[in-house]
Formats: sequence, C-alpha cells, structure tokens
Amino acid sequence: MNKAFLSGDEAIARGAYEAGVKVAAAYPGTPSTEILETVSQYEEIYSEWSVNEKVALEVALGASMAGVRALYASKHVGVNVAADPLFSAAYIGSRGGLVIVTADDPGLHSSQNEQDNRNYGKSARIPVLSPSDSQEAKDFTILAFDISEMFDVPVIIRITTRIAHSKTVVSLGDRKEVEDKGYIKDVSKNLILPQFAKKRHYSLEERINKLAQFAETTPINTEIEGKDKTIGFISDGVAFQYVREAFPEAGVLKLGMSYPLPEQKIRNFVSKYKKVYIVEENDPFLEHLIKSMGLEVIGKEVIPTVDELSPDIIKQSITGYKTNLLKMDIDIPSRPPALCPGCGHRTVFYVLSRMKTIITGDIGCYTLGALPPLNAMDTCVDMGASITIAHGIDKALQKKDKRKIVGVIGDSTFFHSGITGLIDIVYNKGISTIVILDNSITAMTGHQTHPGVGEDIKGAPAPIIDIKALVHAAGVKHVWDVDAYDYKKVKDALKQATSIDEPSVVIARRPCALYIKLNNGAYVVEKDKCIGCKICVDIGCPAISFDTDTKKAYINEFLCVGCDLCAQVCPVEAIHAKNN
Amino acid sequence: MQKTTNIFIAGVGGQGILKFSDILSEVALLEGLDIKKSEVHGMSQRGGSVTSHVRFGDVVYSPLIEKGKADILVALEQIEAVRHISYLNPQKGVLIYDPLKIPPPDVNTGLRKYPENIDEILKNASNNVIRVEAFKKATELGNYRAQNTIILGIISHFLTFDDKTYEKAIEKVLPKKTIDFNIKAFYSGKELK
Repeated sequence: MNKAFLSGDEAIARGAYEAGVKVAAAYPGTPSTEILETVSQYEEIYSEWSVNEKVALEVALGASMAGVRALYASKHVGVNVAADPLFSAAYIGSRGGLVIVTADDPGLHSSQNEQDNRNYGKSARIPVLSPSDSQEAKDFTILAFDISEMFDVPVIIRITTRIAHSKTVVSLGDRKEVEDKGYIKDVSKNLILPQFAKKRHYSLEERINKLAQFAETTPINTEIEGKDKTIGFISDGVAFQYVREAFPEAGVLKLGMSYPLPEQKIRNFVSKYKKVYIVEENDPFLEHLIKSMGLEVIGKEVIPTVDELSPDIIKQSITGYKTNLLKMDIDIPSRPPALCPGCGHRTVFYVLSRMKTIITGDIGCYTLGALPPLNAMDTCVDMGASITIAHGIDKALQKKDKRKIVGVIGDSTFFHSGITGLIDIVYNKGISTIVILDNSITAMTGHQTHPGVGEDIKGAPAPIIDIKALVHAAGVKHVWDVDAYDYKKVKDALKQATSIDEPSVVIARRPCALYIKLNNGAYVVEKDKCIGCKICVDIGCPAISFDTDTKKAYINEFLCVGCDLCAQVCPVEAIHAKNN
Repeated sequence: MQKTTNIFIAGVGGQGILKFSDILSEVALLEGLDIKKSEVHGMSQRGGSVTSHVRFGDVVYSPLIEKGKADILVALEQIEAVRHISYLNPQKGVLIYDPLKIPPPDVNTGLRKYPENIDEILKNASNNVIRVEAFKKATELGNYRAQNTIILGIISHFLTFDDKTYEKAIEKVLPKKTIDFNIKAFYSGKELK
C-alpha cells in the first residue's frame, strides 16, 4: 500500500480528497492553515481562502445545500467567528456531507486562548470526532463525511496542535467520486424562520440521539484491555497517545468520538476497573459528561486544565512520578519571536513608540510590535478589534485624555473584520486614527493570499480589492498612503493624522520582507562615527546589536537585508550600505 | 521489539530545524520504522526558540519526547542547549551542540550580556558530549545553511542506519540544486567525530 509521512493537517486534506470533497473554504490560522494549503493542490477540489471564517463556513454550507461534499477548516478561535452559521447549520443539516475542522491550540503556541472546541459540539448538537494521529485524521475525515450524510448533520473534527503539526505515517487510498445530488429548494430545512426552525430543533434532538446509538457501535470508540483491572483510562485525541506512552499496560477506552458519548460502553468500561481516570487536554469535557452519568471517575482533580499535556505530566499527576533531570545553573535570557529584519511594520511602531498615544493592536505578525524595545501596543483582543476597541476607548474618554487613540491592523485582518469597525467609526462620528500595515500577504500564518494580493489560493490571478478605495468608500476623508520604509513620511503622516478630530487612516505599505526574500545587501555601522546613542537598537531589529564593551552598535550581516530604517534614524549618519 | 529512539532538536527560528527533522524522519521512514515528529509552526521563522521532537521505533505512541528521555539532544545554539537540557537522558543521552552564539533580543538591545561560560559548562553537561562548530564548518564549506547536515553526519555515528540511507533522505527532502553540497556536508560532518 502507498504510504506517506503526513502532518495531521495534510492527512485531513488527503481525507477530504479521498472522500470526494468538491468545495473547501478556510481562513488561515495556526495550526490549521496547512489543511487548505494542501487541499488547494488537488485539482478536483474548488478551494478558497475566504475573507473570514464566517464567510468560509457559509460557503461550505452553501455547497452542501447544493449537494456536494464540502470542507471548512480554521483554528479554534476562527470557529467563534463562524459560530453564527455553525448553530444554524446544525438545524439545517447537510445535503452533501459537511465537515468542520477545528484546530485547537492547547499550550497557546500561537493563539490568544486555550478554548476547547469540543464544547461547540455539545452546545450546537453536532458530533465531534477526535483523531489521535495522522492516520486517524485521514480516516476520521472520510468517516465524518459518511456520518454527515447518514445523519443529516455537519460533523466537527477536532484536532490540536500536536495532531495538526505532528507527522506520522499514513496509508493512502484513492479518491472516491461521490455523485452530486444537485440543488433542490427545501425551505423546511434551509430557511430557518421560527416556524421551520422549531421543527428542525426537534429533528436535531432526534438526530443527536441516533448519533449516541451510533457511538455505541462505531469502531472508532474502542477498548484496549488492561493487563490488570486496578487502573483504567478514558481519553480522546492526542491525550490517548500520551496515556499509552505513560501507561502501556493499562486498559484504555479510546473515544474517537468525543460527542455524543456511548453511555453503555462507558458504563461497561468503568465497571471493570477499580479506578478510572479521564485524561483530556484543557476542559473537563468528557469528565463532566461522564460524571453526569453518575459514574465515579477522576479527572481534573489531578490532571491539569491549563497548558498542553505530555506523557510525563500525566505520569506525575497520577503516580507522583519524578525522575532526575539534568539542570544547569545558568540564568539564560528568553528568546521570544521578533519582527523580522526588513519588516515594514517596524517603522510605524518605532514612530508610535515615540508619540504619546494609546495604541490598540490586532492579530498578526505585528502583534510582536508590543514587545520590547518597541513596546508599541496597549491592547490585543481578537481579529479586527484594534479598530473597534480604539473607538470604544475614544467614546469613553471623550477627549478628556489628551492622548490620541491609534488602532493598528494588518491588511489581511482589515479585510477579515476591520472594515466593519471602520464603517462603525465613521458612522458614529469617532475620531480615532487607524493604521493599516499593508504587507500584501497574510504573513504570520506563512504567507497566504487575500483579497488585496491579486492571486487566489491556487496562485491564479484574482481581482485586487483596493484598500485605499475601500477606506474612502467607507467615508474616511483623511487618508495617507505611505511607503513603510520611508521613516520621515511615516512620521509626518502619523503626526498629521493624529492631529485631526475626524476619523483618519494611514496606509503604510511594504511587501513582507520574508515573503519576497528581500535582500538589498547588508548595512554596516561605522565604528568611528557611532556615538553609542542606541537609537538604532531601539527599532528592535534582530540584525542590530549593541556591544556593551565598546559601547557601539553593530550589524549582523547574515541577518541584515538592507531595509535602511536604522540608517534613517541614526542621528550621525554612521550607518550605510556595506557596498557603498 | 526495538526500543523507541528519541532525538530532540533545538535552535533558533531560521536555522532550518524543521527541514533538519524532516531529513532525519525520512531516514527512519526509508528504514521502514514507525515514526512521529512534532514541532510548532507559526513563529518558527521569526527568530524565536524552535524545537522539534523526532521519535522512531517499531511502534511509537506519543509525538512528544518526555523530559529526561532524549537519546540525542541536538542544539544548534548555546543558549538553546541550556534551555532544553532537561530533555536529555541524564545517564545515556548524547548532547551534540554547536557553540554558535545567536544573541536573543535582550542581548541585542544591550539590556543584558550573552551569558558567559556556557560553552565550558556544556562541555561537561553529561558523560557524552560532542561539541561541534558546525556553523563555522558549513561556512567554510561554502554555505552556513549546511550546519544541519554536518550535524546529521555526527548523529549518524549513534544510529544504525546505512550512509546511503542518509543520502537518499537528503535527496528526497532538500531542493535539487542543494543536494550535492549537503551530501558533501554530511560526510564532512561524519569525519568531525
């Protein structure tokens, strides 16, 4: 059989391909991004980067209504954006199979929270499948489409970072073409006016009860017999693998389906073991459902809720296991990620860090502008919130605070959910300044295209939505469009924009240096001219260091790409291109 | 049943750690082993601390290596070796590190100094330590990016796989025009030990 070494994300994409999916939509977000990136390589599947997750889920639901198999994928917080259509989709059900992939991030490797999206399954009454490696990620995806069509429900596949970004060996199969069912008008299902929706709610309760019966017999809920019966485990997702690693001899009830639960199967398992532990990452999701069956099990009394699990954490929690580890008595500095050398965002943050402003931030690479030495961000909440939080602060302070309020947002985030906030500011007569950092790509997640780029997900030419025209159309009268590498222009634009008592927008443009692999040649610091003022160091470029012995700045020529910002801020012209 | 081999790789974003673990995984795959490798994307190219867990054997469960269980800890930078030393098996583990210094932000901005003596301390971190100036060697060979394949050559002494398998893995994972150079780097790494 043909085998491949795939990440969980790639395996889900492969599963979608083999299951005959015709339409797939997503907005990028770590750790889910590679799902659609991989799907888009299959010619048989129409794929798109949607403008945001709500749009993506609606596109997938529309495709399902039109009778084809459709896939949605996002990170966990993306499902919050898509929650509105999600709850409706549960009532409506599926005509073509509809699968919703949520990639949760226990440990917050690249996210703002540790929300556990199995909860969405329970509150929206949608079944949840939880694969524990890439093979299962592929197999469960195929199964999810079958379940979706069998039970007339969307199906959630919940993975976590350690599934999404771990690679394991996967057996590949062929694509199975599924016949298109075509579109038929069916208002009793697809149009959720109250009188129709109530009937669909009754139907949904019936559907979820049938799924609970299915859970009793499906082979993805499987029992591993323990050597003895002193200790047993119930687990799902990657936590199952950790349990196997930590207690290879113990009995385990592995729940491939995290919702709804197979009550009889669980009762039967629990009755056989003296002590049963529920091991799951983040929320006590299985635990609460199992305890509400009246069963005595142990869960978050010992297993941590915060942060991701590992085999050693599980062993420690249950047995108090400790082992001697190597330790070194050295105080080492942390190494947080930083804005790349040549990043155009740096100019804006450097200027803002020197102005007395309240800076509301957003989600993207540029959130790193919050870190020292720039420290140029006060808040970061969710996608698009830079604009709306700024507006809320503005309305609360009513100019009683002299500081101007500046919202900073990236291009992709602006399309995602910034434009609505900007319209709100104009309509409600706010006075905030919004800076749109336009690097012409969705950078943080690994360079995905968006409506401002001119390319679609497959790299084919696409119409460009003009940010400046959009801002004007939203009614903003004061707009500056500047080169983000031009320190003086950025500074002047921000000064003028923040001096106006009307909504203003500064668009600071430069393509992502990492994406275009910028290399203008390295710069150098002339030691004799350098006065050790550290201004260049304050721009927070990883390529510039300050030598505390010589009291001079120096540039690492392996890292420097020659953006010229340090040269522009140097008060004594001590920095220039190496080849000059 | 073959015991699972655990290799933990640590370094700084941009050093090519994910490619490195891809090659290592490919070697184990070509040998027909079960393998899991885990890492975190997203921040990896932005200068943050980056790690990759590689595990292979007959059957592998957890994609993560437990602390104290790494058979080999590879660190491509001094501070990163210290940061992740707890993963190394204290009795039998092999530490392979490059004494390269990449200053973290606080050192860049002059807030603090790059800790001194790390190199000395690492030399005696455990019973089996290999210090290798792979970055320097790679730069001498013509491209500092081959730092990884030089270290791969050293790792090969501790694994049972055939050299040809490493060559095949490099051919499969790396871009065509860099293959010959990296195979050369692999063998020069092998000679360093």
